[in-house]
Amino acid sequence: MNGTPLLDIRNLIVEFGGLRALDGVDIQVNEGEIVSVIGPNGAGKTTLFNAITASVEADGEILFEGDTLLGLDPNQVTSRGVARTFQNVRLFANMTVLENVMVSQHCRTKQGTFGALFYTKAFRQEEAEIRARAEEILGFFGTRLVGFRLDQPAAVLSYANRRRLEIARAMATQPKLLLLDEPVAGMNPVESAELTGLIGRLRDEWGFTIVVIEHDMEVVREVSDRVIVLDHGVMIADGDYEEVSSDPRVIEAYLGHGATTK
Amino acid sequence: MTTTVLSPLLRRVPRTWRRVIRLGALGAVGQVFISLSGMPVRLDVREIIVPILSLGYLAVLAVPVVLGVLLGRRPQHEEFLERPPGSRDLVLGATLGGLMGGGGLSVLALLLANFDLRDPLINWSPQLSEFLSFGRGTAFGFVIWLVIGGGLGLLGGSLRLASSRTQRVIMTMALTVVSAAILESLVVDLVEGVSLEALVEWMYAPRGGLTLVGAAVLAVVSGLLSLVGQGRIKAVQGRIQAMEGPRQTRVNLMLIAAVGVVLVILPLLVGKLTNELLANIGLFVLLALGLNIVVGLAGILDLGYVAFFAVGSYSTAVLTAATSPRIAPEFPWFVALIIVIVIAILVGLFIGAPVIRMRGDYLAIVTLGFGEIIRLLFLSDWLSGWFGGSQGITAIDGVDVFGLLTVDGTNPRRVFYLVLFFCAIAIYISWRLERSRLGRAWMAVREDEPVAEAMGINTVNVKLMAFVVGAVLGSFGGAIFVAKVGSVFPSSFLILVSIIILVVVIFGGMGNIFGVIAGAVVLIGVLGGPKQPGLLVEFSEFKLLIYGALLVWMMLARPEGLIPSARRSRELHQEEFLQDAWLRGQIDTDDANDLHGGSDTPAAES
Ligand SMILES: Nc1ncnc2c1ncn2[C@@H]1O[C@H](COP(=O)(O)OP(=O)(O)OP(=O)(O)O)[C@@H](O)[C@H]1O
Ligand SMILES: [Mg+2]
Repeated sequence: MNGTPLLDIRNLIVEFGGLRALDGVDIQVNEGEIVSVIGPNGAGKTTLFNAITASVEADGEILFEGDTLLGLDPNQVTSRGVARTFQNVRLFANMTVLENVMVSQHCRTKQGTFGALFYTKAFRQEEAEIRARAEEILGFFGTRLVGFRLDQPAAVLSYANRRRLEIARAMATQPKLLLLDEPVAGMNPVESAELTGLIGRLRDEWGFTIVVIEHDMEVVREVSDRVIVLDHGVMIADGDYEEVSSDPRVIEAYLGHGATTK
Repeated sequence: MTTTVLSPLLRRVPRTWRRVIRLGALGAVGQVFISLSGMPVRLDVREIIVPILSLGYLAVLAVPVVLGVLLGRRPQHEEFLERPPGSRDLVLGATLGGLMGGGGLSVLALLLANFDLRDPLINWSPQLSEFLSFGRGTAFGFVIWLVIGGGLGLLGGSLRLASSRTQRVIMTMALTVVSAAILESLVVDLVEGVSLEALVEWMYAPRGGLTLVGAAVLAVVSGLLSLVGQGRIKAVQGRIQAMEGPRQTRVNLMLIAAVGVVLVILPLLVGKLTNELLANIGLFVLLALGLNIVVGLAGILDLGYVAFFAVGSYSTAVLTAATSPRIAPEFPWFVALIIVIVIAILVGLFIGAPVIRMRGDYLAIVTLGFGEIIRLLFLSDWLSGWFGGSQGITAIDGVDVFGLLTVDGTNPRRVFYLVLFFCAIAIYISWRLERSRLGRAWMAVREDEPVAEAMGINTVNVKLMAFVVGAVLGSFGGAIFVAKVGSVFPSSFLILVSIIILVVVIFGGMGNIFGVIAGAVVLIGVLGGPKQPGLLVEFSEFKLLIYGALLVWMMLARPEGLIPSARRSRELHQEEFLQDAWLRGQIDTDDANDLHGGSDTPAAES
């Protein structure tokens, strides 16, 4: 890739009390890449996402399209074009499936009280667009989240569908960079194979650059252009799947901690 | 061998009866408390049915009935009990519970006759003794309350055994009779307006209260109506819900239009006092709708909402009154209103900005503080040059409508129309905003603020917006209040006002426009506002007690309010909701389908 990377993280440090969850991490992600982040439990993967999306305080530098993200509020990071899903699904459980995807277009739309109160043409147009886009995004996941499901509260969805809706909701913020935190956790092999395919299509058809945290090595092998390994808040490997999986340090990190890679 | 037979019995007997004893004791204490609060004696003057039942007696008689109804209920998940209590046990329990409840008063009657505790308990009076013994001596009082308590407990308990249809009919009859008695002044006023006095003359006694004949006729008619009407209303509702979108909207619009027409005509038929009541209700509907945006939609627990009401009142007063101490531009009311809106927006931002970043309890406490600070500012010597301190601003002109007529307190009918107009605006604003980008953002913030923030919603801005809209509606209330009363004093803006508006919102159903309106109509209409009397004028000194009790009971029994918003009740009853959805087969079980249905294609690849 030429030019500056889309995401450029330098010497990132995140501390919780005395604990260094991230200890000087350098990561570059180029536009159009799918990068997997792996590592044993507690390695700091989710913390990396939290730092990028400004949910936790971080030191060092995070550049997105050449501008720093540090010091921004989470919603500003999202407006810049970074969206995430949560490891422990956090949907708006009592809002409907459609509303979940409509509400996260907030930062891409602008009608305020005036438009709503006077029911202006611009307001109606924008509402229609928001709805159409939401339905288009939900349609990406086949027939599961559309039709009568649109108006059901997110709470009644199956576990796998909640994970899908999380991704749909992140897509609706119209990001350039999509951060997926264990998108197939808890899915059965069939569902997880299907979602793996969808992750590839997210890049190819929707043009997202994707960073995905994943424990399932099958999925990692399938989707990633590049794999980054974290351990104890330190990046211990960065390369393609074959390189990384044969790296002695990676093997040690996993076996040494006795963590399973299923 | 004997132990295996006896032990389940031993274990069960105490469990069921423990409940009876606990509730009965609670009822007894409640009865004594109600009596010593002075309520029965003071409310005895208000008749429900002449000559047999007064509001005072109703207050104490209701307790054993409620005990009976509670104790007569079959336990939930009965099928899981080894030996579910039979009907006889339940009725016996209900009777015993009622007996204990009544027994509280028996004991009180005895104590009243033999001890004098008047010093700390001001209602420890001969009148109470008289009330409890029906004027026939202590022994009679002692026995009669046991009999009454047991009897009413039995009645309440056996009501539970009746079919649900019978239960509903009896409930309707009781409610109709009591409401007819409460609504007396309204009904009389209304029939006088259409000169059909003859219609209700036989119903009400000359000095208030239903006549025996009136009560009997009402009970029979309402009972018959509910027998005939049962299921019909539900059917119509179902039919409307089954209609497709546009037609349903049309039916809804027609209903709203009909209500609107009634509200426009009603004030023409009733007298000054009733119009005054209607205007007060309307004012609180307006304030409650404003608070509903803050609390119900955006989920910000604002305990200082009165601040906006006060700011609206004072700025209107200063801008319109000739008597305003410092500056007196004497703007016409409608011109002043525009400036008042601007001021309200600024104050909303000013109070909101520091408060909005806090969460939960902290936010509630700080808003409470701000509510008081605003009032104290108006009261202070420092600003008394502007706002008149405790003297307030008086002799404020009413609203001049295009030079055609003046709306002020001397003509409550006009005030009501003014309030109605602004309520309509407030309803429209709430309705439109809820279904907009902003409304969805409020919902998201209410559900999970950090996630809403991560999904690109500027939560600070969105919450500030709720504050500002709430402030504007509150200031409308203030502006109308000033025009109606013609004066402002700091004492009109006590914390109490915030609390009562909040109770109205919670009681009616947070987040639901109709709920909030219903809450205001019922509470302000029957009990009255902080200073405004309701239909039960006799309640005024017990108003706060009743408001408090209602709030506690509502939070325990029905936290979603009288007419809940669907979403709120889902939030509050997530488990039950999911269970219901599961029973109706609406729960998504895609996972399993995928495993079986879709297994051939992807599996073949790998
Ligand atoms: N908010 C927090 N406060 C304190 N400690 C935290 C916080 N968040 C994470 N940690 C700690 O930081 C370390 C890294 O956590 P993180 O959630 O990033 O791990 P992870 O790699 O995502 O693990 P997993 O695979 O289990 O999801 C852990 O030791 C965790 O306990
Ligand atoms: Mg994690």
